Amino acid sequence: MPDVVISAATQVLAHVPGLARHGSKPRRELPKSDEVAERFAASLRSFDEAAAYPAHQVWIGNLHPRDLPARPWSEKAGAPQRTGRFGEIMPEDEFFGLLAAVDDFGLFALSPELAERAVAALSAHPLAKAFDLDRIEKAVADVDAVAAEPKALRLTDGAVMRCGQADDESLAAHVLIDNLASKATATLALLHLLEGSGIDPTSVEYVLGCGEEAIGDRYQRGGGNLAKAVAEAAGLTEASGADVKNFCAAPIPALVMASALVGAGVFQRVAVIAGGSLAKLGMKFQGHLAKELPVMEDVLGGTAALVEADDGRSPRIRLDVVGRHRISAGGSAPQVMQALAVEPLVRHDIPMTDIDDFATELHNPEITEPQGSGNVPERNYRTIAALAAAKGDIARTDIAAFVTERGMPGFAPTQGHLASSLCYLPHALDRLTTGDARKVMLLAKGSLFLGRMCQLSDGMSVLLERNESEVRT
Amino acid sequence: MLQGKKVIAVGERDGISGPAIAACAKAAGAEVVFVATECFV
Repeated sequence: MPDVVISAATQVLAHVPGLARHGSKPRRELPKSDEVAERFAASLRSFDEAAAYPAHQVWIGNLHPRDLPARPWSEKAGAPQRTGRFGEIMPEDEFFGLLAAVDDFGLFALSPELAERAVAALSAHPLAKAFDLDRIEKAVADVDAVAAEPKALRLTDGAVMRCGQADDESLAAHVLIDNLASKATATLALLHLLEGSGIDPTSVEYVLGCGEEAIGDRYQRGGGNLAKAVAEAAGLTEASGADVKNFCAAPIPALVMASALVGAGVFQRVAVIAGGSLAKLGMKFQGHLAKELPVMEDVLGGTAALVEADDGRSPRIRLDVVGRHRISAGGSAPQVMQALAVEPLVRHDIPMTDIDDFATELHNPEITEPQGSGNVPERNYRTIAALAAAKGDIARTDIAAFVTERGMPGFAPTQGHLASSLCYLPHALDRLTTGDARKVMLLAKGSLFLGRMCQLSDGMSVLLERNESEVRT
Repeated sequence: MLQGKKVIAVGERDGISGPAIAACAKAAGAEVVFVATECFV
């Protein structure tokens, strides 16, 4: 089997304060109290505030997570920067235009004023040629009239989502806007990937989607395939695709499957993509309001990566160093981490101290802590370090240093699949090419029990390494 | 302490899972009436 590399990865954010109240939690809670709804609206960030937020600058590649300033980051914002080496932060008006541009069924409606602003902005965008601006013109409507249609959902003053079918809950307007937002953010990331890598779009043969949205129906509730829809929207005319579902853990299985397809010679180039999760917007707003913080879950993420045969320079993905969480492994945090961070390295006699960076669930603690969810990455890193000490790779007194040197602060929005180490992939490629890292491990965990079909968790890990033959162990 | 009591076992993803709590409660003589693990991330 030939070696497989990850040759490129991109990341984008869409700043969508107007859509934040349509997240699952605000959608349930805000109608219960006018006062809370007003506080929510008053606590949303401006684009400049969101674009200056240090964690977002890490997301788009202007800062490494270990170079983040001391918290609170919301008080450490520098100048807003819309673009970075990995992608961009798109303002809401433009994103509404993008939603219309990728809406194949004419379900998304815009006011003339909003559509005009969106077209003007997207016409000046570096990727303008890739956007179907005619679609935005066609989306123009009397939004008040559209909002009065049965089962339509008023998103903002200037935007409305129609339902797909009035009597089908899987095609309800709030479901379809989730799916469309995921499609749009993934498409934007994929377009940046094509632009940055300079590859021929027709050379991508397959796309694996690993976002959280399970699109579906007619009566295949999660049966869908967003990957191929994104591939089409990005102009990958020769590609097919499919979705990989595994709650937050999906990206690493998707990356491993993509690499296996390339390694087995089935396809030469495979893209792995994921869009943002609108349902997660404002999920922890109550904690933020209680602490007089801004509503920080106001962005949608998007990501794309390119997997192909060894090019002699891009970081290799080690398909022989994959960790999986077996059903019999047990579900406690140390048991899951043993399966993911320890066992695959033990199989190859690789000390845990050989791993320069462990990328785990990199949820932004500034978002999770105010709601009482704690610091997720820190918990993971302490567990990994404790296992390294138990294994004898480090002394117990070196646990804190292990966490600091091989871990990193979380910086991802609480869209679990994006936080689940996928968000570190562009940084990992940097570190393994122009940086000084030789090995990076990506770990993802998923909460299968949330679907009420089993009591299990899941997870997968994989090792990336610098493309130097002497590194192979 | 739990002998003859009814127990609702709610675990946390990064801590102790629901089934693990339930197993302990059952071993201590409780009747476990509901088991779930939740994700608070």
